[in-house]
Amino acid sequence: MAILSSASSNVIDCDIHPTVPSIDALLPYMNEHWQDTIVQRGVHELETISYPKNAPLTVRPDWRPKKGVPAANVDLIRKQALDPFGTSIAILNCLYGVQLLMSEDMASSFASAVNDWITAEFLDKEPRLRASIVIPTQSPEMAVNEIERLANDERFVSVLMLVMDENPLGRRLYWPIYAAAERHSLPICVHAGSTYKHPVTSVGWPSYYTEDYASNAAAFHNMVTSFICEGVFAKFTDLKIVLAESGFTWFPAHLWRLTKFWRGLRAEIPWVDRPPIEIAREHFRLTLQPIDAPPTTEQFEQLMNHMGSDEMLLYSTDYPHWQFDETNVIPEGIPKDLAIKIMEQNPKNTYPRLSAPLNNGIDQ
Amino acid sequence: MPKYIIGKVDQIPPGDRKLVEIRGRQIAIFNLSGDFFGILDRCPHQGASLCKGRIVGLVESEEPGQYTFSRQNEIIRCPWHGWEFDIRTGRSRCEPNKIRATQYPVTVNDKDQLTDGEYITETFDVDVAGQYLVITV
Repeated sequence: MAILSSASSNVIDCDIHPTVPSIDALLPYMNEHWQDTIVQRGVHELETISYPKNAPLTVRPDWRPKKGVPAANVDLIRKQALDPFGTSIAILNCLYGVQLLMSEDMASSFASAVNDWITAEFLDKEPRLRASIVIPTQSPEMAVNEIERLANDERFVSVLMLVMDENPLGRRLYWPIYAAAERHSLPICVHAGSTYKHPVTSVGWPSYYTEDYASNAAAFHNMVTSFICEGVFAKFTDLKIVLAESGFTWFPAHLWRLTKFWRGLRAEIPWVDRPPIEIAREHFRLTLQPIDAPPTTEQFEQLMNHMGSDEMLLYSTDYPHWQFDETNVIPEGIPKDLAIKIMEQNPKNTYPRLSAPLNNGIDQ
Repeated sequence: MPKYIIGKVDQIPPGDRKLVEIRGRQIAIFNLSGDFFGILDRCPHQGASLCKGRIVGLVESEEPGQYTFSRQNEIIRCPWHGWEFDIRTGRSRCEPNKIRATQYPVTVNDKDQLTDGEYITETFDVDVAGQYLVITV
């Protein structure tokens, strides 16, 4: 807490979550066909089991309003997510069930509605807010259209995908998305969560939510591997991937393993022409919260040595998820100069649009 | 650096290899189309015999999904974990500046070039005319 309040006046929070209060809030941003369809079919709320409503993790107790939906409007976000932390910029990653839908057309309509709702209800009302573009990953073509539709508005600073989509994220079917993102200086934010097109573990469904949430880390292992081995960074050399709500203590150990086996197997993926751990350090960034362990100063120093770079961690509160209490975002073990780097410089280096003069896409 | 005569050239035909022992060191000798190379027979990873590995070509890529194949039979793959080493340089393919197999230069000499006293023949006697392989260890 002491570190946070005194160290920086340019705190950039790379992962906060606004909640869509109800499907009704999105209807004004859909065309007549989809407005009618949703009402006629009685489509229910697209909440996912990634964050069950009453799970302690889903909303910190003091961030649950007495009435209404948590994190669902700009006043709550100002009061709870921005002001107490002295945040100068925060990036909204809206976790709504868009990617879970089976219909590409419906997903596309919902993605556009969510993005337009974010623009009207948050970006237009609060200058400290930025957002990731929600895309219908069911159709990479439609996803690209959505990126192109919003790319001129520089308040959108990245593109949001879930770590457990329908396919491994490095596969070439997704490459049009990465081409569009790179073209517009947008990193891809790969966030914890699943489209539930497959079980959340590779051997089937677990029984408990604890397993479900923890298994995200294994999915992140798999996606880091997929991005590297499929050659995404050989093709898109400027692309950055932000792993959000991923934890980070697993990162070096997994890349040691991948690098070790790549040495003997590299001939099958010859486009991976240098050690995977080097590629990973260049292209991946990881958000701070939730921190997997409460490290002491010595443990944290050791962990940072293992990471091999102090440029990879990005400050995040993961609001409104309950990952810490009060304003203790940065654990005691993190030295002050590293904390400042995590809060200011690393986010600026990751999201080019945070440093450019702001253009909201409206002709001047 | 002492020079050792290790055999007659025609004992290792092109594409073949032979393990020799010089001063207690196991050294793998390779014949790549008439060029001879000597590599310490000990993978820098965990010590496997490189001489027992498969000889392969070099796979590279301009971009994902495109494969270029060249230098057929110039790369030795360690029999244990598949690490590739360039027979011409001893350098690994994965991390050529960091991981390499120790190399020993091998030359081809006519018998009449081999001056008495300058070469050590502990492993091979020079008794007939022809070309001989000399390694510097």
